[in-house]
Amino acid sequence: MTEHAIGNLDEFIDGEKELLSVGGIDIGVFRLDGEFHAWKNVCPHQGGPVCQGRIFKRVIDNLGPDKQQHGRAYDESQLHIVCPWHGAEFNIRTGIHAGIPELSLDPVEVFVRGEKVYVRVD
Amino acid sequence: MVDHRAGPVGKPTQQGVVKPTLQDIDTYTDTRDYLRHSREHAETHGYIDWTIVDMDAHHVESISWKEIVRFIDDPVLRDQAERFHSERVGSPPYGLVGDFGLRYQDVGGRIPHQSDQREKIDPAKGVHRDVVLTRRAMEGLACAYMVVFPTSMLFLGMHPQAQMEVALGNAYNRWVQQTLLSDDNGIIALAYLPFNTPDEACKVVEEFANNDRVVGFTVTSTRYKPVHSNEYMRLYRMIEESGKPICFHAGYHWQDPSLATIPTFLGMHSLGFVWCNMVHMTNWILQGIPERFPKMKSLWVESGLAWLPFLMQRLDDQFLMRQSEAPALKMPPSEYMRRNCWYSSQPMERSNIKATELTFEMINAETQLLWSSDWPHFDFDTPRVIYDLPFLNENQKRNILGRNAQQLFNLPDRPAAKA
Ligand code: FES
Repeated sequence: MTEHAIGNLDEFIDGEKELLSVGGIDIGVFRLDGEFHAWKNVCPHQGGPVCQGRIFKRVIDNLGPDKQQHGRAYDESQLHIVCPWHGAEFNIRTGIHAGIPELSLDPVEVFVRGEKVYVRVD
Repeated sequence: MVDHRAGPVGKPTQQGVVKPTLQDIDTYTDTRDYLRHSREHAETHGYIDWTIVDMDAHHVESISWKEIVRFIDDPVLRDQAERFHSERVGSPPYGLVGDFGLRYQDVGGRIPHQSDQREKIDPAKGVHRDVVLTRRAMEGLACAYMVVFPTSMLFLGMHPQAQMEVALGNAYNRWVQQTLLSDDNGIIALAYLPFNTPDEACKVVEEFANNDRVVGFTVTSTRYKPVHSNEYMRLYRMIEESGKPICFHAGYHWQDPSLATIPTFLGMHSLGFVWCNMVHMTNWILQGIPERFPKMKSLWVESGLAWLPFLMQRLDDQFLMRQSEAPALKMPPSEYMRRNCWYSSQPMERSNIKATELTFEMINAETQLLWSSDWPHFDFDTPRVIYDLPFLNENQKRNILGRNAQQLFNLPDRPAAKA
């Protein structure tokens, strides 16, 4: 595993992502509530460029106490990266598909040392 | 891989990192960049050297509708259509009856290539936009040939004016000939049959039977006409004699009373794109069309594969008890489905790989299955859905990815496209 500095802490905007090629591997680095998450840019579905997709909030059913449905709502606390090939949605924090727990993104180790952000890749 | 888009170029840092080399994908992304991972997979695994045929891809003909209506034969309709396109605003293209489900396909902007393809095309080169986009998709998917179908016209069989299906279908066929098929570029097509007017459909067969680039005849499956009706027998005889396949391209109709109970595109599309072909196949087989026209090849497109084991078993089961209601059959329905029928693969269900394997066995996929992408639609498949299957040997993969289509459409070997 080789360590690569990928930028200064203040270059990463919270709620957004950076797309990078590190040591020949394409990755997406996400900053959420100050925490960093990094995933390989390969979707477990058909190998699509998942990190190059758009970020959406998780959609939830808006159910009343009587279990009647009143449309849909967003869960503001859950952000998904959506693969642009077919729309598979993955939780940015866990890398797990929003509806199929067996399906998940390939993680890349990311950490902060001092004022810099680093990843480790093969 | 060349970056086809204008944009920031990566800068090296002290650690040898290049950033940013990737860009977000949106409606402006070049198709070749969009599909880069697919091309790379074909290169890495060596199947880039195979002759891959995509049996079912699409272009968005409504964007070119203004050009297409100029090919309408009827001078009054043509004049109306041309005036409509030069003066009317805020209306869908003249005469088209696209289902309103079309607006949900991109899952609310989550799948940009399904929303629109606004990538840069150099008009100075004089090549039609749809040819450029198709060739780029062929490069991305490592295809040598791509069969191109329309999009909104898949619903034309539901047009309340049968004469409009004839006028627009014929205009489209001629436009396709003069644009998509004007060069030897690996793009091929099937002629649209105005199936609600059988005599006019026969004229289409007459017109295109000897055209090499028109490799078959399409019936759009979204329609309420029984395929075994006596009025089609002359048409089937002519198609059989042409040696080219008849293709039933699936679609949906959300206003169908049972589908109208389903509140989401997900549910409606899951059933709708299969239901029309299940109904037509049931009539096709039980009314003995393969017995009456044993050399006619039928090709069932874009319903996926999971419906086939169900229908084969269901029809066989009932036939055993009610043979007198299907007296034309000399063997169980499933046998006709695996001998006389061909299938396109997409969207290929793979959530239970054992079920997929059994399906391949039941339909004799080695000879009857043709890979298809359905690009640029939201549920497109790349060739790797076939290449990666653990239960196929190389010969079977080559057949499904190309050779079966080459045989059915009479296509020579050809290298993968480079746009
Ligand atoms: S490849 Fe990512 S959703 Fe299909």
